[in-house]
Amino acid sequence: MSDTTATTAPSANEPQKAAKPETPRSNQVLSEILNGNFVITILAVVFALIIGAVLIAVTNEDVQKASGYFFAAPGDTLGAVWQAVSGAYGALFQGAIYNFRRDSFVDGIKPLTDTLTFATPLIAAALGIGIAFRVGLFNIGGRGQMLIAAACAGWVGFSFELPWGVHLVIAVVAGIAGGAIWGGLVGFLKARTGAHEVILTIMLNYVAFYLISWMLRTPGLLQAPGSVNPKSPPMMDTAVFPDILGPKYNLHLGFVFVIAATIFAWWLLNRSSLGFQFRAVGENPNAARVAGINVKNTYVQAMLISGGLVGLAGVMQVLGTVTTGFSAGIDAGIGFDAITVALLGRSRPWGIFAAGVLFGAFKAGGFAMQAAEGIPIDIVTVVQSLIVLFIAAPPLIRAVFFLPQGKKSTKLKLNVSKEVAAK
Amino acid sequence: MTSTTAEASVSASLETATIKSWKAPIAYAIFSLIAIILFVVNGRDGTSRFRLSSDADVIQLPAIDAPTRLTCVVVVVLLLAITAYATWLSSQAKRVPLWLTIIFAAAFMWAFLTWAAAGESIPVTGLLLGTVALSAPLIFGSLGGVISERVGVVNVAIEGQLLAGAFLSAFVASVTGNAWVGLVAAMVAGVLVSFLLAAFSIKYIVDQVIVGVVLNVLVAGLTSFLYSTVLTSNTPLFNSPPRFPRINIPILSEIPILGPVLFRQTVIIYFMYVAVIVVWWALFHTKWGLRLRAVGEHPQAADTVGIKVNATRFWNVALAGAIAGFGGAYFTLGSVGGFTKEMTAGAGFIALAAVIFGRWDPIRATLAALLFGFATNLQNVLGAIGSGVPSEFLLMLPYVVTIFAVAGLVGYVRGPAASGKPYIKA
Repeated sequence: MSDTTATTAPSANEPQKAAKPETPRSNQVLSEILNGNFVITILAVVFALIIGAVLIAVTNEDVQKASGYFFAAPGDTLGAVWQAVSGAYGALFQGAIYNFRRDSFVDGIKPLTDTLTFATPLIAAALGIGIAFRVGLFNIGGRGQMLIAAACAGWVGFSFELPWGVHLVIAVVAGIAGGAIWGGLVGFLKARTGAHEVILTIMLNYVAFYLISWMLRTPGLLQAPGSVNPKSPPMMDTAVFPDILGPKYNLHLGFVFVIAATIFAWWLLNRSSLGFQFRAVGENPNAARVAGINVKNTYVQAMLISGGLVGLAGVMQVLGTVTTGFSAGIDAGIGFDAITVALLGRSRPWGIFAAGVLFGAFKAGGFAMQAAEGIPIDIVTVVQSLIVLFIAAPPLIRAVFFLPQGKKSTKLKLNVSKEVAAK
Repeated sequence: MTSTTAEASVSASLETATIKSWKAPIAYAIFSLIAIILFVVNGRDGTSRFRLSSDADVIQLPAIDAPTRLTCVVVVVLLLAITAYATWLSSQAKRVPLWLTIIFAAAFMWAFLTWAAAGESIPVTGLLLGTVALSAPLIFGSLGGVISERVGVVNVAIEGQLLAGAFLSAFVASVTGNAWVGLVAAMVAGVLVSFLLAAFSIKYIVDQVIVGVVLNVLVAGLTSFLYSTVLTSNTPLFNSPPRFPRINIPILSEIPILGPVLFRQTVIIYFMYVAVIVVWWALFHTKWGLRLRAVGEHPQAADTVGIKVNATRFWNVALAGAIAGFGGAYFTLGSVGGFTKEMTAGAGFIALAAVIFGRWDPIRATLAALLFGFATNLQNVLGAIGSGVPSEFLLMLPYVVTIFAVAGLVGYVRGPAASGKPYIKA
């Protein structure tokens, strides 16, 4: 292993970087995203919220009316803008963190628990996608992996009569296994044939969707007996995640699983030898191969784990969020949202955890905003995607907020050689 | 460690040496086996009728009646013969030609249709007409993808470009009452998405796949938001675009089978024919195309001879966006009418698959898009006559085929060398 240090460290400083097997650019860019600083993240969120505010104001009817006589009474327009934006973001906050209109703390804090409930599957899926990122793999197959996992966990959940506890564990394991297989298939095909994982995962999303759709409308497979709807039977009580804060709140045991998954991911990436291989391959597959790491096997292992964690999100959906039986839309777009969460969390487990809570808050608050102010929840999607775009381009954010441009040398900092040197 | 290096050296030498590739015969054998199980063992009796012309046609062709079981057996024998021939070719270390695969696929499809339509009749012109119509946005999208990837920028944002084109064309065409203005607006929308893609991937060197994915989400969110707030607030004013009428081209539209399929379409489809040919010709036979491909294959070499790499990329990505956006207009001005949330429904991703399946070649990508359109429309037609195959499996087919294609069973797929890599001048 010490050879790696010797070979990679000097080559990074050499002026001619024409050494034949160059680091794939995508890996460098990913590391750049990972190494960005905290301030940029905050500013990106602020900037995205400002653009969201502009959209809300422009599409607001009062603002449109007032702007008709803008030069006669500009105060009216500004007032209407303030009304629209503060109303929207106020409702967003009250729906996501604390509802001041409720009397007691017990009722007022409910939005926060909703936020955590929404965050639960997001974090699990984003952990999976984040781990794939660290290996340099782009897992867009969250939807397919979640669907397969949900089907597996749901099938165990509604068809077997097992004692309390055992049932839940078996259902969770089945779901994780389903997601892992669907993800591992991608890793296997990439390792064996060199096919691009982006295309494979996109295609497998559709395959999974149609497969599950077919199973859900075929009696004897996943369809509820006696029903004509493409929907499964409800889960048995023994397989459902129990509420951890009492029946008043929706927060379920899945959140504890997600905390455990975050700790696992952190341990895997930062403390285990497998995680070291993952990061080495992610930083530079060519260097990793020279150092004796089996890159192809690493791809398969990474996609297995990634798919398993995304599968956990599918399990959360089917055993925690929608326990009355699932349809083919059970993934609820979490597979795609998780990509943005993983990018926002810079593919670090605890970063993903924080980002997942933030996006969970957006989601919970978005529904409240839609109900209270009539602003479509799609604005949340816009803000989220803008956040990720801005975070990916720190120079843009620095330019917008007149910050000094960062030094180029820090951007290409390599984690690997540093880690090896420390050992 | 030694095993890894040995493996690497073996695979390296394999690439240069002439080898016997058994991929094609194996794939043929698998499909022949499926054909035997499905069409012979599980065969159906009756006759399958293929209607070749509709009542409105001037030249009437008689319908073909095929006895289902006999036809299936004959075709399966043909499939087996092709498989044997391919096996022989491979044993002689010869390449299995592409036309053989096309014949094999066509024969398989024929057997499948005969089998599925036992006791029913299949409107062949309707099947093909719908194929061309459903393929239109895919073809525009894949042309945009081909140009963008040939110049070195991975375009995952085709979906976003299509959706933006569909949205803005519906809005502008409704407000102005003129479908042609809507068509221009669709191109502008595609270009705007492209500008974002190009700016983030070329100027800010963000990973192109990430930008593409995020742009898709952004456009989906933005159009849904504006749809809910603006378009639905006054549907007659903002979301009732005029549609292009079907235009029958004189004489050509009366050619049996081909006429109704190709020459009784909207003007968007006629633009599509032109676009495919122009893009193919320009890409391979003009100075512009040569420069574009040079930038995508070896930007450093292109820079050395004085081509401005990043400017070339920027403007060609914009052009790609215009073409893809044009395809988005098909959804609103060509078929459905009004805009609805996320109406492209993943067409951009299928277009992306067509680009890769078509090996970054406009003509092949078009054929791949037609294949996807055919599979989708086949599901519609068979759903109408009620065949034994669940519609989900037919819908799944193009994606499974793509997985096979990229996994190399059909052929080795290699993209432009510098696609996805930003060019930073040393």
